[in-house]
Amino acid sequence: MTSIFSQDGKQTACTIIEAGPCIVTQVKTTETDGYNAIQLAYGDKNEKHTIAAEKNHFAKANTAAKKFVKEFRNYFTEKNLGDAITVDIFAEGEKVDVVGTTKGKGFQGVVKRHGFSGVGEQSHGQHDRQRAPGSIGNSSDASRVFKGMRMAGRMGNDRVKVKSLKILKVFPDKNYILVNGSVPGHNGAIVYIQK
Amino acid sequence: MNAAVQFVHEQLTGKKEFPKFKAGDNITVNYKIIEGGKERIQSFRGDVIKRQGQGHTATFTVRKISDGVGVERTFPIYSPNIESIELNKTGLVRRAKLYFLRERSGKSARIKEKRVNTAATAVAQ
Repeated sequence: MTSIFSQDGKQTACTIIEAGPCIVTQVKTTETDGYNAIQLAYGDKNEKHTIAAEKNHFAKANTAAKKFVKEFRNYFTEKNLGDAITVDIFAEGEKVDVVGTTKGKGFQGVVKRHGFSGVGEQSHGQHDRQRAPGSIGNSSDASRVFKGMRMAGRMGNDRVKVKSLKILKVFPDKNYILVNGSVPGHNGAIVYIQK
Repeated sequence: MNAAVQFVHEQLTGKKEFPKFKAGDNITVNYKIIEGGKERIQSFRGDVIKRQGQGHTATFTVRKISDGVGVERTFPIYSPNIESIELNKTGLVRRAKLYFLRERSGKSARIKEKRVNTAATAVAQ
């Protein structure tokens, strides 16, 4: 993430995404596969770590082995095997959705994970339970803990979609797009952009 | 810094020519203000108490005493609203962040000026 200034001096938080070039490695149609989709591949992969099956699959599209492969359903623009999709499909001012995996936070308590407020005071017998969840249910009636009770556990590392991010700028030379705000994941993480 | 971030700022953020300054220096920041459609320049003179961040998102904070009340203002260095920066005095300080000035007032809140022997540097050149 970084930020840019507009002409009148307003600072806007934004994220740079390298969007492509993505190579079309497979075209699925209703006749052959029962549904419409295209498969896109991005990022070069070391030849040494590529198995023969993958090599042949990419060879069909006449491209080197790629690291990330993703199928996009209902892609209605006509595309052929080996076509490259670049940032040209995006325009300034357009809104896009970005899907990614959030940063993993590890095992976290209820205050961080679910926004519980904790005990709220340090005195009156609260010796060492300032961030404890409190009661998790009733006694004899129910006699059990309800499903879905919010408790401590693994946090982050979830698939998240951020909707309607505005494209501030497109850089066709470098295949960068600049979107308003933040996107899920760490620096250099892989994300999917939907129009 | 990240190459992508650097590239984007080279394209979008304008270059600025300012005198070199650091924490402890006394500077005047001439800042554009838009009031009811009209633009005017307001100057803010004080001591730099910190420089923070890197690259094109870096900021600096200026502290001054206005009517006996300490006022601090943080400016982004690459903001297009900064008209100019003047360096009035170079301060002699030992640290990069001068937060200790907040607890001080009067004489003890003064920063010693770093005297540069201009004649000697002129001869050296």
